[in-house]
Amino acid sequence: MQHYNMNLTLKVWKQKNNKTKGGFETYPVKNVSSEMSFLEMFDVLNEQLVSEGKEPIAFDHDCREGICGMCSMVINGRAHGPWSQNTTCQLHMRAYKDGDTITVEPWRADAFPVIKDLVVDRTGFDRIIQAGGFISVNTGNAQDANALPIDKQKADESFAAASCIGCGACVAACPNASAMLFVSAKVSHLALLPQGDPERKSRAFNMVNQMDTEGFGSCTNIGACEAECPKGISLENIARLNREYIGSMMSGSSVEGTA
Amino acid sequence: MSWKNYFSTSIGKKLQMSLTGLFLITFLIVHCYINAQIFYNDGGVRFTEAAHFMGTNFLIRTVEIGLMAFLLLHIIQGLALWSRNKSRRTNRYAVNAGSATSPWYSRSMALLGTLILLFLIMHLSKFWAPNRFSQITGGGEKDLYHMMKEEFQTAWVVGVYIFGCISLGWHLVHGFYSAFQTLGLGTSKYKGLIKSVGVAFSIIVPLIFIAMPVAFFMNWIA
Amino acid sequence: MPLNSKIPAGPIDSKWKTYKATCKLVNPANKRSLEVIVVGTGLAGASAAASLGEMGYKVKAFCFQDSPRRAHSIAAQGGINAAKNYQNDGDSTYRLFYDTIKGGDYRAREGNVHRLAEVSANIIDQCVAAGVPFAREYGGLLSNRSFGGTQVQRTFYAAGQTGQQLLIGAYQGLERQVSLGNVEMHSRHEMLEVVMVDGVARGIIARDLVTGKLERHFGHAVLLCTGGYGNVFYLSTNAMGSNVTAAWKAHKQGAYFGNPCFTQIHPTCIPVSGDHQSKLTLMSESLRNDGRIWVPKQKNDQRKPSEIKEEERDYYLERRYPAFGNLVPRDVASRAAKERCDAGYGVGSSKMAVYLDFGAAIERYGKIEANKQGKPNLSKEEIIVLGKGVVKEKYGNLFDMYEKITGENPYEMPMRIYPAVHYTMGGLWVDYELMTTVPGLYALGEANFSDHGANRLGASALMQGLADGYFVIPYTLGNRLADDIRTKAIPTDHPAFVAAEKEVSDRINKLMSIKGTESVESFHKRLGKIMWEKCGMARNEKGLKEAIEEIKALRKEFWSNVRIPGDIDEFNPELDKAGRVADFIELGELMCIDALNRNESCGGHFREEYQTEEGEALRDDEKFMYVAAWEYKGEGQFELHKEDLNYEVVHPSARSYK
Repeated sequence: MQHYNMNLTLKVWKQKNNKTKGGFETYPVKNVSSEMSFLEMFDVLNEQLVSEGKEPIAFDHDCREGICGMCSMVINGRAHGPWSQNTTCQLHMRAYKDGDTITVEPWRADAFPVIKDLVVDRTGFDRIIQAGGFISVNTGNAQDANALPIDKQKADESFAAASCIGCGACVAACPNASAMLFVSAKVSHLALLPQGDPERKSRAFNMVNQMDTEGFGSCTNIGACEAECPKGISLENIARLNREYIGSMMSGSSVEGTA
Repeated sequence: MSWKNYFSTSIGKKLQMSLTGLFLITFLIVHCYINAQIFYNDGGVRFTEAAHFMGTNFLIRTVEIGLMAFLLLHIIQGLALWSRNKSRRTNRYAVNAGSATSPWYSRSMALLGTLILLFLIMHLSKFWAPNRFSQITGGGEKDLYHMMKEEFQTAWVVGVYIFGCISLGWHLVHGFYSAFQTLGLGTSKYKGLIKSVGVAFSIIVPLIFIAMPVAFFMNWIA
Repeated sequence: MPLNSKIPAGPIDSKWKTYKATCKLVNPANKRSLEVIVVGTGLAGASAAASLGEMGYKVKAFCFQDSPRRAHSIAAQGGINAAKNYQNDGDSTYRLFYDTIKGGDYRAREGNVHRLAEVSANIIDQCVAAGVPFAREYGGLLSNRSFGGTQVQRTFYAAGQTGQQLLIGAYQGLERQVSLGNVEMHSRHEMLEVVMVDGVARGIIARDLVTGKLERHFGHAVLLCTGGYGNVFYLSTNAMGSNVTAAWKAHKQGAYFGNPCFTQIHPTCIPVSGDHQSKLTLMSESLRNDGRIWVPKQKNDQRKPSEIKEEERDYYLERRYPAFGNLVPRDVASRAAKERCDAGYGVGSSKMAVYLDFGAAIERYGKIEANKQGKPNLSKEEIIVLGKGVVKEKYGNLFDMYEKITGENPYEMPMRIYPAVHYTMGGLWVDYELMTTVPGLYALGEANFSDHGANRLGASALMQGLADGYFVIPYTLGNRLADDIRTKAIPTDHPAFVAAEKEVSDRINKLMSIKGTESVESFHKRLGKIMWEKCGMARNEKGLKEAIEEIKALRKEFWSNVRIPGDIDEFNPELDKAGRVADFIELGELMCIDALNRNESCGGHFREEYQTEEGEALRDDEKFMYVAAWEYKGEGQFELHKEDLNYEVVHPSARSYK
């Protein structure tokens, strides 16, 4: 791998808080190494800004290894940047070349209000989980882990759905700002396991209802979410959520509120 | 939870779109089959026979009321979804890279649908409305075959029909698959099949429809 | 104050049973009026908050991230140990206990570790019931793999994302309690002080990181589940936000700090690529199940790895430790890598890396797969294709991650790896009940010092976090709160709260008023460099003494020259970081003091003066078989208290993996 240095122009969204209007600011960044991660490039820029007495750019990040789901930037119109199945923190500067201009925006959705600059409030996702994204088992309730064999294929599919990191790229990428892929990943994760079965009927409805209440848009099967998901969560999960929903609708039992 | 609850969430509304959409797809097949009778080139004998059946059969006429209701529901719900979804992102992106992640027609269903609606208004006012009006007011059925023949002598009318059918085609490419996905059938097992049948349907049916005005215009059929 | 570890009397395997049978209980009606504060929502915090909420306590949970699901437990890759013996390979509670004590180089408490081994099996049951999708075999039963320092397969896993799946499980349980109103969740909040009322921890001061406002929160007890302090080294596998602040504030309020110098350096991380490096990425220990570690036999070999023939490679772990081979414990593997690189055999452009090679595994798996498919006569290339498929299924996400970071394809050429700071065995000193020396203040998970001695075995961190949160604290907390049922909630306008808040706000104002010239990040980097060079993988008296002086100077400089942009009453990550780095600087000094005090080598603590002729760690059980618990005595002043370790069951011997 040949390493190189580059000079870039960054156009970054700056917004003081949720009450003020934001706008773009342009920053030249010099001598960026192709070995840096995208966020390390931001570190360098922020260091430079601090030393010039300017305010650094606020952005969310934590684990920097693509698993915590905290980082969130729309880079040249793409959630988490140009690489597929990738998070912003794992994007490396070898994706760019000398002289490039890069526009960086926050996740944009009314359900994800901007806190500052590139930082948005994603607590809506937590509330969706609160609406039913769990199995109601108290500590100490469990039987032996191997008492219930689970078809490997189903366990694998459940795992694939559970690998969602809750970053919100699906919402950011969706033209409708829908959180359907996120909801479907959780519903699928739990619906595919026998442990999740008792609460299936209420879960799908309650979580979807909460998604609507939070102000996310609705799914029109466009598929941008799947294309941008850093964990490759498949649209099949949305199909499964729809089946779960229809199943719940068709079943005779009346389902009330959160369990 | 009542049916009303279930049908009023975002998935519920999508289900309405899906079910009404599938009904409209079924209608398209019937409509296409009946109208394709003109290609027998028998001066409209078979076509008129079929049209007569469709226009007078009690059952079909009853279903027609349902069809209109579903069409209206599809339109109203579709526009409502579009406007709600559009309002979910007040601050829009400065840079859009939509085409990198999804096909344009999937993002343009409301636009395509509106084009189809405009076309439909013209289409219905030319054939269906005068015919039914005549039936209701005691004038009996109109000679639809010759009405068509006459209308499709005008180039711009044919042009609008071609444009309308192309819009329908793109609307169907996404709509066909989307209807099944909403019903939960978009699994790895069926997705490929649904998509290919959908694309085939979206090409063939509009093409047959396009062939009708074109055939009259070019005087391929008498 | 003499240290009382409160380990129950009796034989090792009945201590916990006896405790559970005799500890005091709180009746359900009383639980509703008892408030508990949980700081941190990783495995320990989320599982504790969920469990206590289920039991009926009024819980308030805090995390600095935007959601409890982001705590750094999520990044744990390899797996979680449990003495289930599903593989029928000789595992047992005793064996897990023994391996952990030995792996910890005989610097952990027997009582705690045995309890950990006992509850390990319950953890797996609990997690499966909560919907954690562990890897399974075709028969539908749970799959296991091996980890370092053990000879049985007791590690449960979910591909390379075990921590994520476990945390999501605990997080979901937590969110369920939030929806039921039993837990009040405060995300984007950072704990900045413990509030003491009459010598008991009765609450915290937390800062809302969005608005910058300080908040007072009362609790009958406070649980710190705030993880480790590896970021004192600047570069580590910890998340960028992982910090010691909560633990350090507790320390300053009287909680002793146990074995601060015990740091785990993980042998398999992606090497540093340049000065811009902000963090290091771990390549799971599970890779050592199949990967073979080697360097060229020839010094400063410039050839590509593929050009170096089998007989020219030095598989140094297999050579030095034939019994455990590539699966020796982490401290041993890390030191061996350092030894080879220091001796000039390192690879890559920096020469500070060794190879982790899957060539042999790919071929082996390829052959097995060819046989499975009934095609024994495939060509070597075809076998390799099959083998790559198997390796992809097992480690695909790790390989992808490696490729994204380095731009190199690990299926084609060996990974380059080097040790990096990963975990801290040290932490707040706690007794058997997980209570610190401050009454009412508890520490769970990595934040405490208790279970791993001087070196933690792979896949044991997740086990400990969940053991503490799910199965230990629900009992031990009740034992204390049973006597607290008459204590009414203390209003937060109590003078102790007012004073604590003032303390915090003064400190923040002081930080903001410095208006110096150097960024927080730069100070952090400088601290990290001192720590890594002088208190890292190898330490010596001279270096540690220098480090202490350098850190003292750095602290002075920090408090007179740091530059923090922005304001107090707004979202200001630079200010958040400044507070954390200030605490890291103070902690760094204590770590060096502790390392200097411990004149022996044990586990992750390697003092160059104390080693065998073969370069192995040389323990001094006569003088150092104790927990060093440090009491804060004012700026830069710490007093040592010793908790002697009594081994009733296991007999300490020279640790050998040969």
